[in-house]
Amino acid sequence: MIELNVQTIAFLIFAACILGGALGVVTTRNLIHATLYLVLSLFGAAGFFVLLSAPFMAAVQVLVYIGAIAILIVFAVMLTRSMTRLRDIYNRQWVMSAIAAGLLFVLLMVGVILPVWGVGGAQAGREVSEVVASTAELGTALVSPNQFVLPFEVASLLLTAAMIGAIVIARDDE
Amino acid sequence: MVPLWMYLAVAAGLFCIGAYGVLSRRNAVAVLMGVELMLNAVNINLIAFWRYVSPLNMAGQAFTAFVFVVAAAEAAVGLAIIISVYRNRRSVIVEDVDLLKW
Repeated sequence: MIELNVQTIAFLIFAACILGGALGVVTTRNLIHATLYLVLSLFGAAGFFVLLSAPFMAAVQVLVYIGAIAILIVFAVMLTRSMTRLRDIYNRQWVMSAIAAGLLFVLLMVGVILPVWGVGGAQAGREVSEVVASTAELGTALVSPNQFVLPFEVASLLLTAAMIGAIVIARDDE
Repeated sequence: MVPLWMYLAVAAGLFCIGAYGVLSRRNAVAVLMGVELMLNAVNINLIAFWRYVSPLNMAGQAFTAFVFVVAAAEAAVGLAIIISVYRNRRSVIVEDVDLLKW
């Protein structure tokens, strides 16, 4: 069974943050509160990245998601003030949505917990390597010609296009 | 270390909660938040598999970086569309925006 050490306790705390925050996002009426729950959930995910020895990804998670996307959502909520406190927050098919999400969860858990993928599946008690690639190696991989430099450039282009598109769409016509 | 399946279980739960939010909320901003939750579940999965299966291959972290980029682009364009719709129709309720519905 799982031994109870510092890592496991941290895992459980972060998992509670993630799932509790996510439940808050989908059930809260006030959208500002929902955004704060979203921040809690994203922060828990950053904690997971630290536990999985990906500190750069944790930093990016805090900077990009919590620092930029969450703020953007707060702005959107405040610019659409009359919509923050709707009487009905769910549409008519919310029961069917809940059933669909529940079925999807059961399906995913079958894939995760039962040994349907054979001996190499997620259940396999594989040796976890102590050697982990560093952030410097990630940086090298992102700009090395025989690894990810082309996707990296395409991603930059996508960001530029999205930024220009967002400005054009949200601009006043006058 | 915590076994791999526990990370996958948390990510699966997060993904399904996000999917429920996308399918059931009426406010478009809340729908977008559900999408963010689902993208985060994907990121957790990618990093968990990277750490447990091939921690020396940078593909896992590189993919996560691209998911971050796409999420940022999606949030920017999505919120711009929502604000534009609100300006034109005084509503961000998903059911009110049915111009393309046949």
